[in-house]
Amino acid sequence: MYRYDSYDQSIVDARVDEFRDQVQRRLTGALTEDQFKPLRLMNGLYLQLHAYMLRVAIPYGTLSGKQMRKLGEIAAKYDKGYGHFTTRQNLQYNWIKLADAPDILAELATVEMHAIQTSGNCIRNISSDQYAGVSADEVADPRPWAELLRQWSSFHPEFTYLPRKFKIAVIASDDDRAAMRLHDIGLKLVSKDGVIGAEVYAGGGMGRTPMVAPQIRDFVAEEEIISYLEACLRVYNRYGRRDNKYKARIKILVHEIGVEEYKRQVEEEFAHMKQLGLNPPVEELARIRAFFANPAYETGLNEAIDRADPAFALWVDRQVAPHKQPGYAIVNISLKPLTGIPGDASAEQIELAASLAEQYSLDELRVTHAQNLVLPHVKKADLYAIWQQLEEVGLAEANLDLITDIIACPGLDYCALANARSIPLAQKIAQRFAAAERQAELGELKLKISGCINACGHHHAGHIGILGVDRKGVENFQLSLGGSGAEDTSLGQITGPGFSEDGVVDAIEKVTDLYLAQRESGERFLDTYRRLGMKPFKEAIYG
Amino acid sequence: MVEFLSFREGDATQEPAVTVEAFTGQTNATAVRVEPGEDARELLPYLDRLSLVEVNFPAYGDGRGYSAARILRESGYQGELRAVGDVLVDQINAMRRCGFDSFHPNKALDDAAVDRALNRYADVYQKAIDGRSPVWAKRHPEKIDG
Repeated sequence: MYRYDSYDQSIVDARVDEFRDQVQRRLTGALTEDQFKPLRLMNGLYLQLHAYMLRVAIPYGTLSGKQMRKLGEIAAKYDKGYGHFTTRQNLQYNWIKLADAPDILAELATVEMHAIQTSGNCIRNISSDQYAGVSADEVADPRPWAELLRQWSSFHPEFTYLPRKFKIAVIASDDDRAAMRLHDIGLKLVSKDGVIGAEVYAGGGMGRTPMVAPQIRDFVAEEEIISYLEACLRVYNRYGRRDNKYKARIKILVHEIGVEEYKRQVEEEFAHMKQLGLNPPVEELARIRAFFANPAYETGLNEAIDRADPAFALWVDRQVAPHKQPGYAIVNISLKPLTGIPGDASAEQIELAASLAEQYSLDELRVTHAQNLVLPHVKKADLYAIWQQLEEVGLAEANLDLITDIIACPGLDYCALANARSIPLAQKIAQRFAAAERQAELGELKLKISGCINACGHHHAGHIGILGVDRKGVENFQLSLGGSGAEDTSLGQITGPGFSEDGVVDAIEKVTDLYLAQRESGERFLDTYRRLGMKPFKEAIYG
Repeated sequence: MVEFLSFREGDATQEPAVTVEAFTGQTNATAVRVEPGEDARELLPYLDRLSLVEVNFPAYGDGRGYSAARILRESGYQGELRAVGDVLVDQINAMRRCGFDSFHPNKALDDAAVDRALNRYADVYQKAIDGRSPVWAKRHPEKIDG
């Protein structure tokens, strides 16, 4: 894992000092709320329906046991005892007092964490693959690149007042576990003639105008990636629309001028910028890469897993993924208990996850864009002990990628932007499909719920997606089918008129029944939908 | 409180700035004002005779002027580069980094707050226009020329 040196620490400490000063000016009345708003937003502090919400960055989703423990302590001390893991590998506290925010940031800084640029029209937390460094299929660990970009994007002087927010993801495997092409810029590391570089995609995103990012370059070498990205951002900063905030994301620019014209402008700017000495020497990426070297794995470990306990065996089959190192496994911890809130964890659960990481996972954890946790380096012999401890705190749900592994935004229960409540709907769906056999029968089925058009719950990328809207003061839910945030990226299509909360649960049952009746061997829900098209599903729902 | 802030040697340019359109259409003006939607690169043929470029920020959240400033400095402009308009203390540091060396904000700034803002960050992550050595250069001094 990356560790701060004195430079990184001094920058984060300075930010705490700066924010403390800004909050002080607000509390004394020297700053009005209007003047304070852009300052707090640059630091992930939102004024929500009931309280302030603080969004903490978990860069590229990797953290240590100590960092996780600190997140739990803050939840207990300053929040009502919960943290909410988001689709962008951040953690949100929903019950924060303004006067406490500087102290929280100071506590985070003691474990090399921050809330820098977790909101605002700037480059946001860099996200990545939760299996980075441990899956056998990647060409390189994407996290050193992501850390290089974290540093480059932090307090970037030119790109702090962009037309709109800017999200970057880095992956390095053909299996896309980070929805890379649904980001403003997506990088996929590839190997060309034995050299690692990046394919670059630009102009993806969700929100009210979802778009899948087209490729704008098939290779950028590591020694030029910063100047290339500066060129991408400069073209966007200069020409992205500022007349309408709903048309201000880079996807609209790329769409309106066309990808070829955007590419041409970027290449022209890049030719200029690569002369300016903006790129760190390759030794800097090598320095960062050394932090992500393989940990000290044991060898000669037992591969066998004792499956005598059937509930444990079910959990292993669902939650455990292959690790590149013999004798080890990747453990997915579900934050989707059937009666819980998707992505929420209590202080006690966060503390347990921290302890498990320290004891069993070489002191490392990951958070996923699907709002789950991962223990990346677990000896197979330890799986049973981990499962037992997860059981005790209600984290042993075996539903990874099943219909109850629902992504949901906080919705109208917390969010000032929302039109509808996401959480109660997620719970109703989970209840309807609770039976383990039924979930297993349905297989991989990614269901995603957003409580408004901003699409924080990734509904466009759901095999089944649900969008909550407000219809004349009544919550109404639109259903869409056929989206995917994986390597087969696609955007869901709306089935037709929307539903009440109960109505949409019934509609989901109808489309899943149709899938079970019509599927061919080996087909997932998404595959059957793609083969049959919308028509029969529409008939099943409305016919 | 300070109404005008300069980091240049000597007096500030007093000549009133003209629009980009007026400037490129005549030969004797030496001061120009760039609006957010205008292309700073139109000025590149005339850098030698320019003594002042004002970059207007009608609203602090419109960040196009940061790119305009960097483009001018990257192209060798040495004259005064002034940020005008909705320029706030919390933006001064980034503006300095992008090459602005004078400021004429709509509302006067608190000197002490400006000092704190400019001196708060001992280290920076990017190479920009202000000549500050980024963290990566400090980490690898043997690799950096000069």
